[in-house]
Amino acid sequence: MAEPLLEVRNLKVHFPTDDGLVRAVDGISFQIMPGETLGVVGESGSGKSVSFLTVMGLISRREAIIEGEVIFQGQDLLKLPPEEMRHIRGARISMIFQDPMTSLHPFYRVGDQIAEAIRAHQKISKKEAFDQAVDMLRRVGIPKPEERARQYPHEFSGGMRQRAMIAMALSLNPDLLIADEPTTALDVTVQAQILDLIDRLREEFNAAVVIITHDLGVVAEHCDHIQVMYAGKIVEYGTAEDIYYAPHHPYTWGLLGSITRLDEESKGRLRPIKGLPPSLIFVPPGCAFHPRCPYAFDRCRVEVPELLPVDGHHAAACHLPLEDKRRIFAEEVAARA
Amino acid sequence: MSTQLTERPVTPTEQDRTPLVRLRGVKKYFPITRGIIFQKRIGNVHAVDGVDLDIYPGETVGLVGETGCGKSTLARVIMRLYDPTEGAIEFEGRDITRLKGRALRELRRNMQMIFQDPFASLNPRRTVGSIISEPFRLHKTVPKDRIKAEVQQLMELVGLNPEHYNRYPHEFSGGQRQRIGVARALALRPKLIVCDEPVSALDVSIQAQILNLLEDLQEEFNLTYLFIAHDLSVVKHVSDRVAVMYLGKIVEMAPGDTLYRNPKHPYTGALLSAVPIPDPRLAAQKKRIILEGDVPSPIDPPSGCRFHPRCPSAQFPICAEQEPTLEPMRPGQVVACHFPLPDRAIIDEGANSERAAAAPEAPPAG
Repeated sequence: MAEPLLEVRNLKVHFPTDDGLVRAVDGISFQIMPGETLGVVGESGSGKSVSFLTVMGLISRREAIIEGEVIFQGQDLLKLPPEEMRHIRGARISMIFQDPMTSLHPFYRVGDQIAEAIRAHQKISKKEAFDQAVDMLRRVGIPKPEERARQYPHEFSGGMRQRAMIAMALSLNPDLLIADEPTTALDVTVQAQILDLIDRLREEFNAAVVIITHDLGVVAEHCDHIQVMYAGKIVEYGTAEDIYYAPHHPYTWGLLGSITRLDEESKGRLRPIKGLPPSLIFVPPGCAFHPRCPYAFDRCRVEVPELLPVDGHHAAACHLPLEDKRRIFAEEVAARA
Repeated sequence: MSTQLTERPVTPTEQDRTPLVRLRGVKKYFPITRGIIFQKRIGNVHAVDGVDLDIYPGETVGLVGETGCGKSTLARVIMRLYDPTEGAIEFEGRDITRLKGRALRELRRNMQMIFQDPFASLNPRRTVGSIISEPFRLHKTVPKDRIKAEVQQLMELVGLNPEHYNRYPHEFSGGQRQRIGVARALALRPKLIVCDEPVSALDVSIQAQILNLLEDLQEEFNLTYLFIAHDLSVVKHVSDRVAVMYLGKIVEMAPGDTLYRNPKHPYTGALLSAVPIPDPRLAAQKKRIILEGDVPSPIDPPSGCRFHPRCPSAQFPICAEQEPTLEPMRPGQVVACHFPLPDRAIIDEGANSERAAAAPEAPPAG
């Protein structure tokens, strides 16, 4: 098997606050292979963004207690001095964010901002960098890129801005692109365009892609593997097929039961997860999901379930026996239909 | 349960009942002015540009469209928060287009609104009790000494703990705040509730809770909803009929299932095909209509059919010259298009036969 591009081992990110320790990420381990697309799904506060901000080196040790290892191409990023991290961030790992309006500086021309990112990592002239920026804008499908590069962010529409952000993120040909809710602020038609673009560029640039989202629909079409996060932990990991057709964690069942589906025939009733996500300061003992889980039993209240692989790659952190899971999920599907 | 959904009669039909809300040729233009002292009108934003819509008692009408298509403006025009530039609005058969003062306030008792952002729509300096009881104090429908009991009953109804009467909005999560918004809207037992993106700001598991709550309340109080959202799957889930808006006009209207199976307007098709489906196999079989470019400016909308510059099936010159009107297609379906899509333009035959194998399905109509 090939070397993983990124391997995260037992990563913990805890924020000390006046109210107590916020366990935003609480011991997660996963791998990303070169060229693969990983979907990270979870609700607000599940730790999905914080884990990848930590991978990017954007969470400072002054504000958080960070433990574990983040091995990228054989190097532990958490041990790198900030100087060296700066060479990796943006050039070999880059990130795009949810809100393209606040990620671009309103006072500078779009082309100059992309050129600046390029010049931060490559010793080339301003002119050359600007030409590269124009070329990148063309590759992400912005019409008349020469003109557009000389415009300001407010002259771009939401979809265009996200394209510009993608152009900037890919301008240095990174090995890993992290997209944090890249389409949440956009209309569906634009969302489809952007997701297709990310797919196409992943092939063109041969980069691995992480798509962080709360929408299980977004990742169905675009990801090889999906990991579901809850209260700072990975609760299930598997291929798209595993997650949608044979999920093993009650939280994943709950997520699937909560979404409205276009392809569903009539007005079926949704089957939401009861209650609210837990506070990350007072995480419930045992399985963090047990207070909301309709299938919880005694063991769930005391023992933290480990993320154990069932068959090959598919893993779930749940104490329920496999036969029960298969039966319950079959019932859930029947109840919806 | 009927499986023949394409032919399912639309819940209330046009013949027998008076609509609760009736819109005829409603337009709302916002002026663009230049100059400081002498403001010269140099143009108009055609936010809503000629909408006819009937909403029948007890039904849910969904309104979808991309950002800037005028769906929220239309909602505010119906609520009489904006005065329409042209056209007529009727509520229970009464013309309310120019209603003012006391008469308007009386009317508002019957129509309430739930807003998108549960953080911005609640006054942070007032307790939940005082927020929910505001309608009682304004309309004096409940004697003073009964207000607290009434509010607590409402809180219980929407799934809030009545003991939290004296708490402030910041002490609640997003989903709970949206429940506060629902309780406030419900206080005067209105007939119509306009929900403007009520779940867009919430996490999926909370979204589902709120959607179920809205459904329960509709049943209990026989409410009529106008449900606005940009998320087609949410709109289809809650609505009896769905209207699709593009640049200030309704381009198609049909029951949700009909719309999903046989969208007729190319814009509806594009919108539907762009919605991600949480089912990898089905998603792979879906045909895609990808739209190029962005929505044109509503200041100077395109001639003829407004969708023609982005339409994959536009034919010239007709589409650029003649504006299509809403024509009936199937039962309950109306479309404004010169060249409507063929049947089953989005979902693949393969996907259908697979689904048919799982659940026997009626042959396609028409």
